[in-house]
Amino acid sequence: MSVTAAAGDSALQVNGGAYEAVIGIECHVELKTETKMFCGCRNVFGSEPNTNVCPVCLGYPGALPVPNRLAIEAIVKAGLAFGAEIPPFSKFDRKNYFYPDMPKNYQISQYDTPFTRGGVVSFWLPDGTQRQIRLTRIHLEEDTGKSIHAGSTDGRLGGSTHSLVDFNRAGVPLMECVSEPDIRSAVEAVAYLEALKRTFVALGVSDVKMEEGSLRCDANVSIRPTGASELGTKTEIKNMNSFRSVQRAIGNEISRQAEALSRGERIVQETRGWDEVAETTIVQRSKEEAHDYRYFPDPDLVPIEFAARDIARLRDELVTLPQPRLERLILHDRVSVVQAHQLIDTPGLADYYEETVALSEAPQATLNFVLGELSRLANETATAVASSALTPKALAEIVDLTSRGAINSKTAKDIIARVWSEGGSPAEIVEREGLGQVSDPAAVDGFVREVIAAQAESVENFRNGKETVLKFLIGQVMKTSRGKADPKLAEERLRALIAGSDP
Amino acid sequence: MSSGQIDVAYVAKLARLALSSDEVERFGAQLGALLEHVQTLQKLPTADVAATAQVIPSVNVMRDDVARPSLPRDVVLEAAPQRQGSYFRVPRILGEPG
Ligand SMILES: [Zn+2]
Repeated sequence: MSVTAAAGDSALQVNGGAYEAVIGIECHVELKTETKMFCGCRNVFGSEPNTNVCPVCLGYPGALPVPNRLAIEAIVKAGLAFGAEIPPFSKFDRKNYFYPDMPKNYQISQYDTPFTRGGVVSFWLPDGTQRQIRLTRIHLEEDTGKSIHAGSTDGRLGGSTHSLVDFNRAGVPLMECVSEPDIRSAVEAVAYLEALKRTFVALGVSDVKMEEGSLRCDANVSIRPTGASELGTKTEIKNMNSFRSVQRAIGNEISRQAEALSRGERIVQETRGWDEVAETTIVQRSKEEAHDYRYFPDPDLVPIEFAARDIARLRDELVTLPQPRLERLILHDRVSVVQAHQLIDTPGLADYYEETVALSEAPQATLNFVLGELSRLANETATAVASSALTPKALAEIVDLTSRGAINSKTAKDIIARVWSEGGSPAEIVEREGLGQVSDPAAVDGFVREVIAAQAESVENFRNGKETVLKFLIGQVMKTSRGKADPKLAEERLRALIAGSDP
Repeated sequence: MSSGQIDVAYVAKLARLALSSDEVERFGAQLGALLEHVQTLQKLPTADVAATAQVIPSVNVMRDDVARPSLPRDVVLEAAPQRQGSYFRVPRILGEPG
């Protein structure tokens, strides 16, 4: 038996043959609305248990659901953001099953007429590879309540004696995004989910707070000889509730299947749950026990029909999307993939960068300041770059002063720190306080001579071949010039004057 | 479809109904009669009739995303078969949901 998987599990070997993973993801995203999908109860996380409930979301007989227009518009926008088709006719169906956190004994969902069909999610992997994953559909459904399994030591199902149910989440609008099996590794699965998250947050349709359970996903995983067109037997992994557990659970499942195949075993179609603590997947249900949901159109709800003008209006309302911005940053501004994501994923930072570049016309230098000194100050002071007193215009002045050599990098840092809290114009500060960089050789020579005279012992050491002393001497020149000397010129003149002077 | 093709025991299991073998037989015959009635309906010419999902001639009934008062918690929990503190209490759950 032999199995090898390279980092990122994209290059997989089973008994000497190359294998690839085939992964499809279903992910559930709670929509950010004021109220639930079919009733006026509040959609908020963290309320006292069972305080946001009413006859509709508790499934009382005779209570009638009415769909939330904002939630339907949100899912259409989500689809449009990925270039999906919005069918003119949609309806809601009942998905029938019994579970204590679902009060009606059916979930209102969509079976054969989802609000969006198709579309493509594009993203970059950290190594710079560009990927496109096809979406099958995005449909709308209602979330279930939450159960706490009581009487067990770890709050989980195993060993519990009874359960406690909170219906505050029951009826919260939930989008289910289903991908085609286009994903090829655990790393790609996470990058795909991050791309979804980035887009939904930008659209304002969801907060995508995984820690609050507003994004949950399941994955279908199989492996096959690389290049084969037939799919291998798949397993479904459930219960992954962080990007980290998605990566580990899928990576773990790919290895498990590869090892089984290399031992000559067959993969069994089944549902496996990810056990966060044991770091392994565990069988939950085999194919034979598969559910029969008996979907049928919900007689309490009438169809939704979209006119072309409704879709055009929603398309007009789309904000600047992260993907085209990333593309512009990476392909046009030549920003690295990692740095482009840093800009896009920090709220307000990409706007700030783009506003500064529009003034400075120096993308690279601007980027270095934004991701370097400005991000450092943002962390240190717990202030967003965009809400500091340092405006894009001020940063553009600093970029300009530095690139012209009018100030050195140390002065630039000092001015950034000052303007960050006090505001003002960097160009005026340099002018008023005479902080301009000294690049005149004669002036720098003055400082260098002063240092040579004062540091005889170090100069002697340098002369005797101790090259490292030069750094100290340059530091002394900077200190003597109160930080204004051009450090490159200082080094040049130190070497020249020491060489030319007598020991 | 004839009544013999309805798996009454399976349908009962899906509906969480515990039926005796006598009941399986009795309901099987009754469901069979229902299906025969549907077979009569299927003889109607419907080639020109578009399929519908709803008998109400209406579309796009929606509401604005505006909150309305929920029920007081005690009123809700008093109607529960069992409560524990602020929660509905239910018997031990045996498996993961659908
Ligand atoms: Zn409600």
